[in-house]
Formats: sequence, structure tokens, C-alpha cells
Amino acid sequence: MSRYKTLDQSDLEFLRSVVGVERVLIGEAINEDYGRDELAEVRRMPDVLIEAENAKEISEIMAYAQKHKIPVVARGSGTGLVGSSVAIHGGIMISLQKMNKILELDSQNLTVTVEPGVLLMELAAYVSEQDYLYPPDPGEKSATIGGNIATNAGGMRAVKYGVTKDYVRGLEVVLPTGEIVELGGKVVKNSSGFDLKGLMIGSEGTLGIITKAILKILPLPAKSVSLLIPFVDIDHAIGCVSKIMNTKIIPTAVEFMEREVILDAQKYLGKNFPDHSSDAYLLLTYDGVSRMEIEAAYQPVADICFANGGLDLLIVDTDERKDAVWSARSAFLEAIKGSTTEMDECDVVVPKSHLAEMVHYTYTLKEKYNLRIKSFGHAGDGNLHIYLLKDELSEEVWKQKRDAIFDELYSKAFTLQGKVSGEHGIGFAKVEYFAKEEPPVVLALTRAIKKVFDPNLVLNPDKIVNLAK
Amino acid sequence: MNILVCLKQVPGSTKVDIDETTGVLKRDGVDSKMNPYDLYALEYALSLKQEGDTITAFSMGPNQAIDMLKEAFGMGVDEAVLLSDRALAGADVLATSYAISQGIALLGDFDLILCGKQTTDGDTAQVGPELAQWLSLPHGANVIKIEEITDSDVTITLTTELGSQTQKLPRPCLLTIEKDANTPRLPSYKKLQATKDKEIRILGVKDLKDKDPKHYGLNGSPTQVERIFPPSVNTDKILHQGTPQELTKAFVNALKEARFL
Repeated sequence: MSRYKTLDQSDLEFLRSVVGVERVLIGEAINEDYGRDELAEVRRMPDVLIEAENAKEISEIMAYAQKHKIPVVARGSGTGLVGSSVAIHGGIMISLQKMNKILELDSQNLTVTVEPGVLLMELAAYVSEQDYLYPPDPGEKSATIGGNIATNAGGMRAVKYGVTKDYVRGLEVVLPTGEIVELGGKVVKNSSGFDLKGLMIGSEGTLGIITKAILKILPLPAKSVSLLIPFVDIDHAIGCVSKIMNTKIIPTAVEFMEREVILDAQKYLGKNFPDHSSDAYLLLTYDGVSRMEIEAAYQPVADICFANGGLDLLIVDTDERKDAVWSARSAFLEAIKGSTTEMDECDVVVPKSHLAEMVHYTYTLKEKYNLRIKSFGHAGDGNLHIYLLKDELSEEVWKQKRDAIFDELYSKAFTLQGKVSGEHGIGFAKVEYFAKEEPPVVLALTRAIKKVFDPNLVLNPDKIVNLAK
Repeated sequence: MNILVCLKQVPGSTKVDIDETTGVLKRDGVDSKMNPYDLYALEYALSLKQEGDTITAFSMGPNQAIDMLKEAFGMGVDEAVLLSDRALAGADVLATSYAISQGIALLGDFDLILCGKQTTDGDTAQVGPELAQWLSLPHGANVIKIEEITDSDVTITLTTELGSQTQKLPRPCLLTIEKDANTPRLPSYKKLQATKDKEIRILGVKDLKDKDPKHYGLNGSPTQVERIFPPSVNTDKILHQGTPQELTKAFVNALKEARFL
């Protein structure tokens, strides 16, 4: 028997009494998108969709759901890849897309305060217009900030600027029991008690629903230049990364890419990539106050690359050139998806020193299982995005191969001291691998923390860890 | 084959302030770049190049355009010439194309002259065709593809308002290249290093055959700019909600209202 109560008429009446009739959607009125996320591996429609507009109504719904043991899932744009925002037990889904206002830019404290449904691209454009930078730069620009915080999203600038958690100063959160709490604030330093705000970041909507966020911003660097570096092969490309990092001038981004994926992106975008001289590339970005400062930074990089299999440094300095190169990079996920019938992904992260070994291992698996495997990723931080492509395989064979490959991939990553997810999260899809990665005591702590916040286990249950165990 | 490519240095960003009283772009402290449309002309020239061919880049502008011509070396051109003289300042399209034609006349014969179809700062798309007239060359504008080059002629496809047209032009001729005709290559660090001391030929009015100052710059310009002002920016957003059918209808209506349909 289910741990949870099935929604009935009286529950719907309660929900309508809180938010009104129009923002309570049931049955056919719920778009099928709400039954899945971007990867669509995990599917289940919620019983009811609430389009929330403020923390108070979320608080009332949460308190009610806790009392009546109704499962609740919070959702932003639904661009996740591991099922975190899918209502696997049905119940109530709270969409935060209507809470999408940028509330304040505080230029004295260098913070911007936003509601959770603001899209990453909207925030980036808003602060950039005022000559500020919100550094986290995940590939999926239509994700919400709430979702970014909930998965501690990383992105391309992590090498120099860090990830989402490094830019969250304060959060307003509705707890699973319905209380509204403010964690952190505009302060820069804070050693007052447990870092509960930190606990919320990356908790994938299991410990609370973020209703407001105070984010740190930086002055916008005046200039940035990317370098597209063709290499003799992928080993030399990745092998060069640690040497480049040792120049002590940290690039904002270090991405690696291979010809096959670039060709997919060309096809997907319908426009050509500006270089085809090689099978393997690094893409670096440097930012600074002047072009001269940046040129000084990449001169030693040129020497290192030329001594280690680099063929040239192609300069990506204008808006048009950046668009030509980075639009391809940003389209990789969609492009790979478009090149096959179905795919599954693995967002494994290993210490940077083992990245080349990990990439090589995917080649071995590709041959062993005769399955197309494509990868690209953040060479500067060891985070690899590996995609398994179903193509024309039968459902049964696909699942067998996929599971076997994932088992081997994660085992390899663990022997290299890696982790299941660098930035996409565990969600529902990777629960099994997370359980293999972490020792029993860590899993027990995770479950115990969940229980303290959420006594009846109603908020996004069975994500990250299976709670039935 | 000798190919000449005309290049212009333009402001690096679209966010350039305009002095509303003088109508002059405030270029101080603003980055410059090669006119993005010229990149397609340059790419075409470089892709046509075969052994023994020479690609010459030609620009008219202030001294800082030397940086842009160095970049052209970094992309693969063989020679670069800059026509630079204070007397050329304030030129309209007619005076500009005349000065460029005088400069090119000094450089010998070319089989093909390529220009971008327009610039991102002036946006007139007139300098290329006017230059062809001064040089008495046949020309094709908005060329999307060079189909074939033989010893006697060049076959091109150009875009028109209604579609495209294929034409055969006798050599030599001048072509202005359409946006997205190709994918411009990126400047190469190796080439930039190898050519950093390479000489750029600088020409002034004193070097030209016609030295009459009345034919150049503001004096030689029959058109005068009365007023330049930044365009108004509209960032209004309209959000429609409804079923796919309703949304499609709303979208089609919006396109009709904006006269796109």
C-alpha cells in the first residue's frame, strides 16, 4: 500500500480555497510536459498542478500536505536531466514559473534578489545590462534560478568563478512542514550556526521549496576572449589542461570537444563551425579589464599548447565569432539528442588529473558494447557529460546495454575517486548509483536529515535516496 | 589570380553612443573590429586562393585600422594597404568610393575585387557598387555564391528581393558578398605571430593620381548627414496563454499586425 494519501475532492477544494480556482489544474488541463523533464526517462503526471504566486500560499499548501501525507514536488522550467522535478508518486506539483520577478539589484552589497522562477538567461541579461556579472553559466539558459540552486548547477565558468552555491547569499524557503524561513542574507561572512542555507543548495527540492534568493554578483569584466585550440588528438588536448592551469592565470572556461559532436551541432543549428582542421579541440576563455591583459595571459598558453600537440590558437574575440563557436558548444546536448532516437546521460565528475583516463574508458566501452557513446565537457573541472545513444536498438537490448555500461562507467569513476554527478544531480534516475558511491553511514545521515525536515516524507520523496529502505 | 578585398574597421559593439549635436559616433575607448560583413568577402577570397595567387586587403580609415589589417594577415591575406589621410575625413559614400578607387588604381590589375555587402556602422550598401562604377568594372551585389570562375568570366548567384538570380560576369569584376555566404575562418595566432612585422603599405592623398582636395572627404561629399540618433529600442513582451490552437491563431495575428505576413 502506498505511503501516501490519494488526492480527493476535499483536497482539491482546499487547494482552490488557497490559490483560487484558476491556478489549480487537473487532468487534461495539465500539459504533458509536467509529466517528465528534459531527458524524459522518468515519467508520471501529477494529480494536480498549482501555479504558485507567493510563499504564503506555498506555505499553506505545504502544511496541509504534510498533515494529510500528500506528496508534493516543486518545479521550475523542467529542464533537469535526472527526474528531480517529476512527481513519481503523483500528488501535488507546485510550479514556480509565475514567481519570476527580479526584485532588487543592490549595487552597494553587490547582490540581486530574485524569485525562483526567473530564468537564468533573464537574470544574466538583466545584470549584464547594468554592467554586472552573475557568474554561474550552466548550458541550459532556460532553466530557472530556483532549479539552478536546487541542483547546485555548475556550468562553463566554474573553473574560475565556482558554481551556484558560491553565489547564493540568502534564501527564503518554505519548509516541508509549512514554515517560511530565511537562511543567510546579504552578509558576506556568516559563521552563525549550521549552514542550513548550504544544505538547501543541491538538495533537489527535497528539504524545502525556495521562494526567494539573494545572489551575489560581480562587476562585469570589460573584455573576454576565447581561444579555440585544435589538437592532434583528444589525449593531447585533455593532457594539456593541467599544464594550462599551471600558468597561474585561470581561464573562466575550459571545454573540450570532438569532431563528431561538432558535426552534430552543425547539423542541428544549420550553420557551420568555423574550423574543421582537427578531431579534437579545447575551448578556453579568458576575461579581464583590457585586451592587452588578456593577450598577455594567453601567450604562455600558446607556448604550452604548441609544445604538447596543439596545432594553432584560433582567436574568438568579437560577438560574431563568439556566437559562431559558443552557439555550437551550447547546442551540444540538443544536437546529440537530435542525432538519435533516445539517449541517456551520465554527468560523472572525476579529479581533473583523471579526466583523460575517463574519456578513454568511454572509447573502450563504445567498442565493447557496440553502442554509440558521445561525450563533451568541462575539461577544467573534470566534469564529463557522457551520452549513450539508443539509435535503432530494441527497448530490451537498449536497457541491457545501457545498464551494463552505466555500471562499468560509474565503477570506473569511483575507482578514480569520482562522483556520480558534477552538476545535474541525483534525482530519481541516479539513486542506485549514488547508493553505490556513498558508504551506508552517509546514506543513513541523508535519510535522517530528510526525516528531520520532513517528518512524513512528503516533499519530493525518493529523490537522491530511496526512503523506503 | 589577384584578388583584392575591401575591409573596413567598425565599432566593436552595437552599443555605441552618438553625440546628438554633432552626429558623430563616440569612438573614444570603444573597441573596433573588422566589419562583420567583410568577413564573408575575405573568407571567399581566402577560399578561392590557389598556389601563386595573391590576396590583397585594402582599407580606408584612420591609423588604428592597421590593427585590423594585421588581423587580416592572421587570417591569410598576402598584402595589405591602408589609405589614411585626415583630408578623407567626413566622406560620404560617393567621396569614399572615389578615394578607394583612386587608391586601388595605384596597385595594378586585379582579377576580382570583393567587398562585404554593407558595413555595420554606415549600413548603406552603396560603396561596393559605386566603387565598381569608378573603376568601370561590372559588378554583382549581394552575392551568395560564386559558382564558377573561368579565364574569361565569373558565374555568380545573387540574392534578390524575390529570390535568387544567376549571372555571368566578364573578368575582372567586383562582387559584394552576402551575409552567411560562407563561414568566416578565425584569426590564427600562428599566422599573427609569423606576420607581426610584415609591412603594411600606407597611402595618402598625395600618392593618388587625383590630388584635388575638393574631391575628397567632407569637401567631396554632395550629401551631408543632418542628424544621427540612436534607434529607439522596444523591449515590450507580450505573453499569450492558451491551447496550441489558440496560441497559433494569436501568433499568426501578431505577425499580420506587424505586417510580416
